Amino acid sequence: MSFELETAAHRDTLRRVAIDPVSRVEGHGKVTLLLDEAGHVKEARLHIVEFRGFEKFIQGRPYWEVPVMVQRLCGICPVSHHLAAAKALDPVVGAIPITATAEKIRRLMHYGQILQSHALHFFHLSSPDLLFGFESPVQQRNIVGVAAAYPEVARQGVLLRKFGQEVIRITAGKRVHGTGAVPGGVNKSLTPEDRALLLADADQMIAWSRDAVHLARRLHETNSALYDEFGLFRSQLFSLVRGDGAMDLYDGHLRLRDARGQIVKDNIPCADYGRHILEEVKSWSYMKFPFMEDQGPFKGWYKVGPLARVQNCDFIPTPLAEVERQDFIAHGEGEPVHAPLAYHWARMIEMLHAAEVIRDLLDDPDLLSANRMAEGQKRREGVGIIEAPRGTLIHHYQVGDDNLVSYCNLIVSTTHNNQAMNEAVRQVARRYLDGRQLTEGLLNHIEVAIRAFDPCLSCATHALGKMPLAVELLDADGSLVDRAVSGA
Amino acid sequence: MSGKQFLLDGQPVSFEEGQSILEAARKAGHYIPSLCWHKDFPAHGSCKLCVVKAAGRHVSACATPAREGWEVESNTPEMNGERRGLLQMLFVEGNHFCPSCEKSGNCELQALGYEYEMLTPRFRHFYPERPVDASHPDILLDFNRCIFCELCVRASRDVDGKSVFALTGRGIDKHLVVNAESGRLADTDFSKDDLAAHICPVGVILHKGPGFAVPIGERSYDGASIREKKLREEEAS
Repeated sequence: MSFELETAAHRDTLRRVAIDPVSRVEGHGKVTLLLDEAGHVKEARLHIVEFRGFEKFIQGRPYWEVPVMVQRLCGICPVSHHLAAAKALDPVVGAIPITATAEKIRRLMHYGQILQSHALHFFHLSSPDLLFGFESPVQQRNIVGVAAAYPEVARQGVLLRKFGQEVIRITAGKRVHGTGAVPGGVNKSLTPEDRALLLADADQMIAWSRDAVHLARRLHETNSALYDEFGLFRSQLFSLVRGDGAMDLYDGHLRLRDARGQIVKDNIPCADYGRHILEEVKSWSYMKFPFMEDQGPFKGWYKVGPLARVQNCDFIPTPLAEVERQDFIAHGEGEPVHAPLAYHWARMIEMLHAAEVIRDLLDDPDLLSANRMAEGQKRREGVGIIEAPRGTLIHHYQVGDDNLVSYCNLIVSTTHNNQAMNEAVRQVARRYLDGRQLTEGLLNHIEVAIRAFDPCLSCATHALGKMPLAVELLDADGSLVDRAVSGA
Repeated sequence: MSGKQFLLDGQPVSFEEGQSILEAARKAGHYIPSLCWHKDFPAHGSCKLCVVKAAGRHVSACATPAREGWEVESNTPEMNGERRGLLQMLFVEGNHFCPSCEKSGNCELQALGYEYEMLTPRFRHFYPERPVDASHPDILLDFNRCIFCELCVRASRDVDGKSVFALTGRGIDKHLVVNAESGRLADTDFSKDDLAAHICPVGVILHKGPGFAVPIGERSYDGASIREKKLREEEAS
């Protein structure tokens, strides 16, 4: 059994169109469309074609190496993996809780990461579509084109990202792939000079982030027919929230809302994620399909990331972002906003929130304290969940008496959105491509829908030995000679 | 000073009778690289990083006594190119994954890779199968990174009096082993306080726990190259 447009009947009689690779996303993916003679879409799939396998090769390595090794999953949001792994391994050294200094430095690092990643996605990857139009000339539809036509927008985008990268460098030691978080705490505090450097620009980042929220909001206000309808599908919303229901991207408990906005599950401790989430594998993608176990794969899927988080929380605990959240909620007129392009608006609200959190944290004297490490009774298992820029990121490890990792499970943000992205692709294919002569501009509509989720495809493909793979040997006439299947 | 001298890259270097080229050079403030050489042990001559051209012949500077009037070439494009080749061979023979190695920033092999501008592996990786030994409560052995310098072998045998380590196998199959019937470090009398537990120039013999406790910027070779560090150490000794 499969979803509508997931698998066509008589596939071998249909014409195949591939978008390969999907551009301006992290990692490698492709979209395949199967069309009949009249050009009607019969099948649409987002395939993730790269294979990584971190879950397997982290096994047998010492636990203290993990936060540094797993961040190599990604060059865009390594901090998320770095911190999720460190959080998961805090119990292994008995650091329950970690010190106030360690938590605040980790938070600073994380919100710096949110800020730089969201800026990168909005300005560098998506603004060409949003500012020029989905079918604008492909030669212009890139960041260089944006810099030429909207130099101030491009400049702010670059400098916002740079600021986020500076926060990461100061807290982790390097802009990409640092070592700041260690099981039990952090390995460095801020110096007064570090803090002064960041404070000098912090207010400007808040102002620019607010401008970016307004830019995204205007897109919906001025072209509601497109921005509120493009690729529209409804789904459940899943994320961490703080104990009091506030948005919290570093820690909290898990909450699920249904498509109408009602809370279905709440106060799920992070350590219990495995009782609620199962993952399905499909033969045509390296990326798994998570779902809520009690609801099953056809009803239990959901979306994660900014669009889910902004609506899953009860409030945002910084004033400017909260004002923007309320405007966003009002735009839904009593219903959750499900439009994929609203991800951009929600993402910019989070960027503003991150800038405000950074500004507030920089006033905290704990950042300068040397009280960085905690320890206590050691445990052999830990789960670390964090809201990465792209959504809920789950790291789960077990460690043997010899200090080597014996089990590793990663459910990466983009993986949660697998079904959601496929739904968006199918909606767009149905609405814009069906029965039409396909052009590059029309096919870019598919990519625009995928890009809204800001997927990181290289992050999301780590299972090993569970993937059902089929190998077919065909003779020169195309007849099947032999077929081998594994893992199904 | 005996007043004897040789020329190192055209510079006069004084030496005492019996002193190696490497020792005399470092004493005089000239850096010749090494991995297996240690001032407290006899010359080993196995890593060959200290290769110099003396009187027209390639010799190991650590194992060759200096001679009056010799003209020695060391810091030349030719010799440094050969050193780079040796480093590339050491890297591909093991599994040196610097990005997640806790010795990164403190590792002499990595520091020499930077010093001699090693930008590619050049040769095909061997990807040897070398399981880690985590059996000891205090020490982890990650054999993936062994460069066969035998510093741990010598320290354990000659100073600690335990002979915990040895090299076995021949040629390309040579590898480090633990001297216990089980082959496990836990089944030896190895201690974290042994000299052998503190002498590894790469990331094989690791103390469990500290991991990445030292932040980027404060590690041995973050602020100074291995050339500068070794010469400073020589000056201080």
